[in-house]
Amino acid sequence: MQVLYLLIEMIVKCVVVFACLMICVAYLTWLERKVLGHIQIRYGPNRCGPYGLLQPFSDAIKAFFKEDLIPGRADKPVFVLAPMISIISAISLFAVIPFGNQFTIPGTDWVVKLRIADVDIGLLYVFALASIGEFGIILGGWASGNKYGLTGSLRAAAQMISYEVALGLSILGIIILSQTLRLTEIVHQQAGGFWNWNVWYQPMAFILYLICGLAEINRTPFDMPEAESELACGFNIEYSSMKFALFFMAEYAHMVTMGALAVTLFWGGWQPPFPFLSFIPGVVWFSAKLFVFLFFFIWQRGTFPRLRYDQIMKFGWKVMVPLALANLLITGLVVSLKG
Amino acid sequence: MLVEYFTIGIFIAIAIAFACFAVLASHFLGQRKPSAIKQAPYECGMTTVGSSFRRVPIKYYIIAMLFLIFDIEVVFLYPWAVVFKEYRVFAFVSMAVFLGILILAYIYIWKKGALEWE
Repeated sequence: MQVLYLLIEMIVKCVVVFACLMICVAYLTWLERKVLGHIQIRYGPNRCGPYGLLQPFSDAIKAFFKEDLIPGRADKPVFVLAPMISIISAISLFAVIPFGNQFTIPGTDWVVKLRIADVDIGLLYVFALASIGEFGIILGGWASGNKYGLTGSLRAAAQMISYEVALGLSILGIIILSQTLRLTEIVHQQAGGFWNWNVWYQPMAFILYLICGLAEINRTPFDMPEAESELACGFNIEYSSMKFALFFMAEYAHMVTMGALAVTLFWGGWQPPFPFLSFIPGVVWFSAKLFVFLFFFIWQRGTFPRLRYDQIMKFGWKVMVPLALANLLITGLVVSLKG
Repeated sequence: MLVEYFTIGIFIAIAIAFACFAVLASHFLGQRKPSAIKQAPYECGMTTVGSSFRRVPIKYYIIAMLFLIFDIEVVFLYPWAVVFKEYRVFAFVSMAVFLGILILAYIYIWKKGALEWE
């Protein structure tokens, strides 16, 4: 009986998290268009429903009914598989993110932990799956049989792997301080108020993480792979219909996960900023902090122009990597001397 | 512990099911009238010249190699960082030697011009 309950709990949790993530992704597209619109002094979507709130559903229906075109020169199996790899890895990333502490179902003593899985290799899992997601973009651009697509995916590959090095190095300081790769454990160690959050102990790592995160998810000012003005959309130029929508959703899902990881590692996860505010459920705090990061990602796009490609690569290798290494060495030195 | 991985499995299965559903649904729902023009590569209205698979600048290859070196370094650093506080100075010194050799290589790469994009 216990096993059956456990199985039901697992399935319900997975379905609920998946649904929430999808709704979050859908409304993130709405939020981005709305915020960008207001930054550029226009309204953004306002036709479908009040404040354009039904816009994501209208877009989804449109994507399903558009012509599903496969170009003649494309490598068909890879062409179909690429967006699927992208979205699968982007969604699966969320599996290890703890979005709340735990609660007991009223009337029973059944404790539900608010995370899908609590594995001891949490951070490694995130980085492994994020790397698999890069394959989606690289293969998609290559399989289209299009020069723009190929150029876009080459740039994407070089940019993402360059910034992945700095990203991996930047959070090593956090691991030294918390002695674990388990994300729930990292959150528990940041309990007791905002002055215990890792961002105060690793400010440099936080800034490096944000910049590398932007580059990893190909957001402005690092959106070279799909530079509209020169590559006409880059790696997804030949994609149409739902396959294009999958790439699009993967980008936003990846954005949500990057924000969620930043919240977990640096901003104390579901912990409230002041101990006396702990009567508010952790999920609320987590969502509020996540919203701050998502807004920041959108704000970037409204504010910064796109960098030139050689500038991006130089910045990645000549600034980010040395800074991340220096941060790591200084953290190591301080911890080994002070303890 | 195995239960946790099983849950991840369920979640990934849902993601795979969703991806398959989306691709299949748009395959069956959308109208399909392929034509030679429509299936040509989209290059802003210009007729495509030659093969789409051009030769790739050597830069990308060098970056890929550098990535391999540095990413393996990062992978080595992860377990080191987890047990760092147990070994303290010993951990720091041993890894400083390792990092020092890599930083030498990094300076060499920089001086050699492998990080330039002109």
